[in-house]
Amino acid sequence: MPSMAIIELRGLSKSYRVYQKAEGLRASVRGLFRREYRDVLAVRGIDLDVEQGEFVAFLGPNGAGKTTTLKLLSGVINPTAGEARVMGFVPWKRENAYRRRFALVMGQKNQLWWDLPAQESFRLHQQIYRIDPGEFRATLDELTNLLDVETLLRQPVRELSLGERMKMELIAALLHSPDVLFLDEPTIGLDVVAQHNIQQFLKYYQQRRRITILLTSHYMKDVGALCKRVVIIAQGQIKYNGSLTGIMGRFSGHKVVTLQLDEQQRTDGFERFGQVIEVQPPKVKLRIERTAIPRVLAAILDQHAVFDVAVEDPPLEEVIAELFSQVDERLQRRAAGGER
Amino acid sequence: MYARAVVYWTILRITLEERLVYRGDFALGTLMRFLPIITQIFLWWAVFDSVGGTSSDDRVAGYRFQNVVAYYLLTMLSRAFSSMPGLASGIALQIRNGEIKKFLVQPVDMLGFLMLSRLAHKLAYYTVAAIPFAFVFFLCRGFFVDGWPDAGTLAAFALALVLSLLLGFFLEASIGLIGFWFLEVSSLLFVYMLLTYFLSGHMFPLDMLPAPWNHLVAVLPLKYLAYFPSAVFLGKITGLDLVRELCIAATWVVVFAIVSRVMFHRGVKRYSGYGG
Repeated sequence: MPSMAIIELRGLSKSYRVYQKAEGLRASVRGLFRREYRDVLAVRGIDLDVEQGEFVAFLGPNGAGKTTTLKLLSGVINPTAGEARVMGFVPWKRENAYRRRFALVMGQKNQLWWDLPAQESFRLHQQIYRIDPGEFRATLDELTNLLDVETLLRQPVRELSLGERMKMELIAALLHSPDVLFLDEPTIGLDVVAQHNIQQFLKYYQQRRRITILLTSHYMKDVGALCKRVVIIAQGQIKYNGSLTGIMGRFSGHKVVTLQLDEQQRTDGFERFGQVIEVQPPKVKLRIERTAIPRVLAAILDQHAVFDVAVEDPPLEEVIAELFSQVDERLQRRAAGGER
Repeated sequence: MYARAVVYWTILRITLEERLVYRGDFALGTLMRFLPIITQIFLWWAVFDSVGGTSSDDRVAGYRFQNVVAYYLLTMLSRAFSSMPGLASGIALQIRNGEIKKFLVQPVDMLGFLMLSRLAHKLAYYTVAAIPFAFVFFLCRGFFVDGWPDAGTLAAFALALVLSLLLGFFLEASIGLIGFWFLEVSSLLFVYMLLTYFLSGHMFPLDMLPAPWNHLVAVLPLKYLAYFPSAVFLGKITGLDLVRELCIAATWVVVFAIVSRVMFHRGVKRYSGYGG
């Protein structure tokens, strides 16, 4: 039976050759004649299936291989090994039939004509992607309306704010109604309001059109608002692939307990119950192991006059930061042990 | 076919619009083209003055003073077709800063796109420069002492100009595409500019060169960028020679069109293999 996945990756790997230069002038001169290169394994053996209509987030520290994976999927680079199929196409063959059906938006790269109004870039996209004029008009009206940029279409792109520009980039990418959309940090550098606008738009658009989106982002808010499935990549490998809430269960063995004490209570001496995160009399915040919660809570309530208790999961950012640093440590230990 | 024509037309129109955004730069760039020729006329004035005079029939390497000025006016016109300011460096920059990805992700051919935007730049330039060019040629009509060419020669001249534009484009595009291998091509470009200045006939009429240099420039493609169209206009190349030379120019255009195409193909392969 054929697979239903719209994106299939099997053992996808990519290594780069990076020029290594020691510090100093002498090394620079030596570099003129003989260069030393080091292979960097950006992506090592990724297997992944994405179903049609999914909104998947790629998370990972800088240099983890997220962007490289998106570049592989959009055909900008060839893999060193492995296979990929997107809608049945091999991306790096760069067939026009494939290129008309996906879009790539990079938050740090500008695809619009800098000196011209965005409208002109859109017009060009209409021609490049051979969009039917009626359809073009309707799509453009819908997108500009949703993103609230109707009045900005005639303004040169260079005079738009970063948030406005990002909206225009999204419109340009969606004009040809792609079935698959790759977003590389679409909200980077944006203020909270602009971030929120773009999230809302993506959410609405994705649900309405049922398109498949892969997103990389450093903002947990993006991920939390948009994606049900999260893929965590570190050192070019998938470390986690599942639901957002599943990350908590798997990687965070702790909960955060906030105690609102009676005004007269002393706020010291809580170290014996768990790790004290914050003391703001009469409030104390503790980190307590998940399994120990019932026992510790009972002990606290027994020994202190407590007004109010809140038991929460730690913020997602923290869990993921912790996860990343664990991975980092492991890597350092391995390097120190000479095992590579 | 029709769809493709519409794509090309849109690219042409949009790049034209882009070109007209910076009015001041555009106007200044158009007018400044006329400046170098004045210094060159004075230089040759001095050369002819030292050997006898500018009005007599004294010749330097077969050229009278009037011939030389006419030649310069014509090379200025040729260079308006064959020079491609910013093309090579622009390509190299796009490779270096990754903008080239656009052409890998979108269903559009980079060289075709660049060619069209260049044509748009040229069209905008000719539209604005036509009047000053005509004015300068009118003022200098006295230097064309051997009379104006006939219609056949003019047609050959026009063809030579078109070929020089195409050759200039593909030559510079090829140099820019070297950026796939050596990220920085500005020194290389400088050498190319310098060679072009000497060997295209931009600096002096190439038939002034003594042997063996004249043989060397005769087989290089660079002469078709400036010397060849001017020589055609001045009636130095006629009959079968003219046909042969036009064919050679066209062959060079095809050669460098293929070279740039192959380089782009290989370059993209390398780019997607190593960089990205």
